[in-house]
Amino acid sequence: MAEDISIKPGPYRRVPPGVHPPADPAYRSTVLRHPKEPLIVIPQTLSELTGPVFPYDRIGPLDHDLTRQHAGQPIGERMILEGHVRDEDGRPVPDTLVEIWQANASGRYAHKIDAHDAPLDPNFSGAGRTVTDSEGWYRFVTIVPGHYPWGNHYNAWRPNHIHFSLFGPSFLTRLVTQMYFPGDPLQPIDPIFNSIPDPEARQRLIAAFDIGLTSPDWALGFRWDIILRGRNATPMEK
Amino acid sequence: MGVSPFQTVGPYFDIFLRRRVPLVMVTSETPGQRIAIDGVLYDGAGTVIPDGLVEIWQADAEGRYAHPEDPRGASADPTFYGYGWRHTDAAGAFHFDTIKPGPIALPGGDPQAPHIMVSVMARGILTRFITRLYFDDEAANARDAVLQLVPEARRHTLIARTTSPGVYQFDVRLQGSDETAFFDA
Ligand SMILES: [Fe+2]
Repeated sequence: MAEDISIKPGPYRRVPPGVHPPADPAYRSTVLRHPKEPLIVIPQTLSELTGPVFPYDRIGPLDHDLTRQHAGQPIGERMILEGHVRDEDGRPVPDTLVEIWQANASGRYAHKIDAHDAPLDPNFSGAGRTVTDSEGWYRFVTIVPGHYPWGNHYNAWRPNHIHFSLFGPSFLTRLVTQMYFPGDPLQPIDPIFNSIPDPEARQRLIAAFDIGLTSPDWALGFRWDIILRGRNATPMEK
Repeated sequence: MGVSPFQTVGPYFDIFLRRRVPLVMVTSETPGQRIAIDGVLYDGAGTVIPDGLVEIWQADAEGRYAHPEDPRGASADPTFYGYGWRHTDAAGAFHFDTIKPGPIALPGGDPQAPHIMVSVMARGILTRFITRLYFDDEAANARDAVLQLVPEARRHTLIARTTSPGVYQFDVRLQGSDETAFFDA
């Protein structure tokens, strides 16, 4: 058997159908915003296999802690959110930027177009950033976001969620998604969550409550792992 | 182990962009031809999209990516990183001040014509759509292996048009008769 030295990473594997959502008329805004023509399959050249890999000196010491970015504490249940970023083969993805944004405890975003009649919290901006450590782990401290209504259809409410943005090692590993909470009764009727065709893949977006991650007398703990695209190993020609 | 699925970036992503340092792609020291890219993001009704996230990724003026995968990455221009992002404005417009990338090596083939990778997300887009920006003043477009995979009738959707010296217009249409050609890579 050849040594590792003869193995060079090959192309990223294509994502199987059913994982990433196609256009879904149940989420009305997709109707005019998803292309109608089929995507054109292209090879993975240097332009696709490279991608932004951020310098870390821009990450501030409180960027990962959304409860300490203002003079006072935000209202809401504090939570510690930790997880492992890996590729499809289980290999950790170290040193990659993870950015999050979320509503406050009453379901309101600190954004000028959010017209939901729920209070803003002067002590909560709702954005965090961190970089995975050398073994692929990330950690945030925040509060549990509230549910909020949206105008998709009559009486539409989003399940609790935190928005995530990740880069991974290439242009092709970029992932923007939403993390959900266990046992949320709005999940089965949410068009965005259910736009993922494969029910098993849908479950990958639900965090787990983890008593081991809680901080006694202080904060709840949730764990959510993230899986990015992985690469085939291509034996090099001798 | 299955990949984590995409979900829409939604309408409120400016909240996380605000936490980044303001975007500056080039400094006075960056070698290369200064260019500006202007574009408008349109939906299938021809209406502008004011809540889109447009990201770009490109090589330096010598066609090197600041990335370990590029055999010349270690010598890439230290004053140029190559990543840009914009929240479209109320008129659906985005703007980048950057440099024109050099031709990109393609092992076993002609170098690729200068191009910029483009990613588009928005409220109403459940994943992201990727494409490439090429330049209307590059003869190498005719031999670019990826551009040739795009049906000829749609190729113009990937070619940024010179509107004045060094200024290129690159509109992105998510649907319609001039729907931008998007890729699966
Ligand atoms: Fe949201």
